[in-house]
Amino acid sequence: MNIIVVLRQVPDLIEQLELDADGKSLDWGAASYIINESDDHALEQALLLKEAGGGTVTVVGLDFGNIEGSLHTAAAKGADRLIRLAWGEDAPPRLSHAAALYAAAIKPQNPDLVLVGVQAHDEWEGVLAPWLAATLGLPYVGVIRGVWRTETPGKVRVHKEFPGAVMAEFTMKLPAVLGILGAEKPPRYVPVSRIRAAAKSAQIVDQNVGVQPPAVGAQIEQLYFPAKGEGATMLTGSAEEVAARIAELLAERGLLR
Amino acid sequence: MATVQADDKGLELLKQLAQSPEGESILGCMQCGMCGGSCPLGYAMRFTPRNIILQARSGRLQSVLESPSIWVCVGCYNCSYRCPRGIELTDLLWPAIRDRAMQEGYQPPAELQKALQNTYMYGNALGKSPKKRTEWAKDLDVPIRDLSQNPEPVEVLWLVGDYPAYYPRNQVVTRDFARILTALGVRWGIIGNKEKTIGDCERLSGEEGLFESLIEYNIQTLRSYEYEKLIVTDPHSLNSLQNIYPKYGGRFPVEHYATFLADRLEELKGLLVRPLEAVVTYHDNCCLSRRCGCYEAPRDLLRAIPGVQLVEMRRNREHGLCCGGGAGGMWLDGHIVELGGHRLSDERIVEAAATGAKILAVSCPFELSRFEDAAKVKGLEDRIVVRDIIELLAESMDLREKTR
Repeated sequence: MNIIVVLRQVPDLIEQLELDADGKSLDWGAASYIINESDDHALEQALLLKEAGGGTVTVVGLDFGNIEGSLHTAAAKGADRLIRLAWGEDAPPRLSHAAALYAAAIKPQNPDLVLVGVQAHDEWEGVLAPWLAATLGLPYVGVIRGVWRTETPGKVRVHKEFPGAVMAEFTMKLPAVLGILGAEKPPRYVPVSRIRAAAKSAQIVDQNVGVQPPAVGAQIEQLYFPAKGEGATMLTGSAEEVAARIAELLAERGLLR
Repeated sequence: MATVQADDKGLELLKQLAQSPEGESILGCMQCGMCGGSCPLGYAMRFTPRNIILQARSGRLQSVLESPSIWVCVGCYNCSYRCPRGIELTDLLWPAIRDRAMQEGYQPPAELQKALQNTYMYGNALGKSPKKRTEWAKDLDVPIRDLSQNPEPVEVLWLVGDYPAYYPRNQVVTRDFARILTALGVRWGIIGNKEKTIGDCERLSGEEGLFESLIEYNIQTLRSYEYEKLIVTDPHSLNSLQNIYPKYGGRFPVEHYATFLADRLEELKGLLVRPLEAVVTYHDNCCLSRRCGCYEAPRDLLRAIPGVQLVEMRRNREHGLCCGGGAGGMWLDGHIVELGGHRLSDERIVEAAATGAKILAVSCPFELSRFEDAAKVKGLEDRIVVRDIIELLAESMDLREKTR
């Protein structure tokens, strides 16, 4: 099974985000970067599939943030091939542009399965995974919580989460794109010595797919931090008194009958 | 009975360990079992150190590597201290076994993984921003020299440590220590956001690669400043800086705050103006006591405080019971309770309260939260409070936070 995983870099939220002087974008240069969490799950799911029945895992990332570190970590965990796409800008690409860039790199690989995190916390124009599927002309299912091989080759079994804690099982024909919310197991821990070894030995293939940015798209008028509200009301008194007051408040708002 | 495939890697591992400095003794293990018998968590281990060596010798290392039992050691050094063959079980055997397990893809308990990952990414296990390392010093009423901003020679370079820098309960102590140093007229500085953990818990967790990357960083960083003494608040840092860093070429004039202050006892006594009038018991943290042999300095400091009556717990000095926080234990509580049924900190707080002491004095940053939590768990909150020695000194010196 030829599996492709998209790894994205997103601003690390342990640092305070800063806005650019124009008030319309993040100060991307001031941010520090980490791997997008659900992409990390996509990688884990890919490695589990490979371990369960063979295949190759190819990781594709844009040359942005700390992508080299993330690619080396992916190699230490067991990824077979690392592709880094040229990207010279300070900010990440717009969504449609990103989809076009990843699609241009992925298509020639003739993947059976493309795994992408279902969301990233810096997405504001929609999410990448379905857009990428559309660009590649492949079927898509998102909010996936586990992928398994089937007896029949050319298919996978997936669990998709719906609101209200409802889980559905699908069998999908390959090739396909999946938006991964969570891998079957949490992303594995890989010892730092292995990452350090991968940093020395792993081969990163640099590619320049040369896709032009889209001409149109929504523009951000203003970006700002949430305004400070009135603040919270602290309830004091005994546990019984506090509980009674909470019940009262909920009833006042029609949340209790 | 299940059959186990014999492997050669146990013997290979032992031979490899025997080649390291001070490692040869591991070949001389006589299977006496002193290690497991001395270990406060030995009852919860499927494989005690003795048993690990036995399995390794007899070609069954795999069963050890697979076992959750290897994530029970909390680095208390009892086994090393008591081993009649002088085998460095804590420093040598445990990290090697854990490293080997991780190399083979066995996963450490989830909470520990997170702590190790945080340390790799941010230089501290708490996962806090390196840029916020000096937030403890905000609006402090004594001047601070941040040598990373303005390099200048100092008498004391103070390595604040992770919990002391970031954890709110510890920050109070950190601020007190800054005032004490200043009151003693010490010309001291910190390295602010350039500080990263020394890595003792990461080392004993078996994260060799992470520890090596921290060593490289810390040796280079600590060499780039001018100071006469390196003072640490965290005894785990003392352990690695004193005993392990030299093996990697990093020799630093390091001291724990307790010995540093005890050396200035006469001067300090003149500043201890307020009596505390309390019965106090002292918990020997494993790194300062069993590992580094320092038992009296913390007690001398406590005895110097007017009004303090020092009483001892049943297990004290070299026999002191570990709080359960070392070697990754800070992030293994859930795992250890699952396998062993209880936490050492819970056992220890009961022992402390049994002395009749109203204050449990500590000298390790892990212990404030561990024992305060344990006091709650054991319903002893009204009987005993936990204080760092620094806090008690600062109180007697009338240096505590004025707003408190």
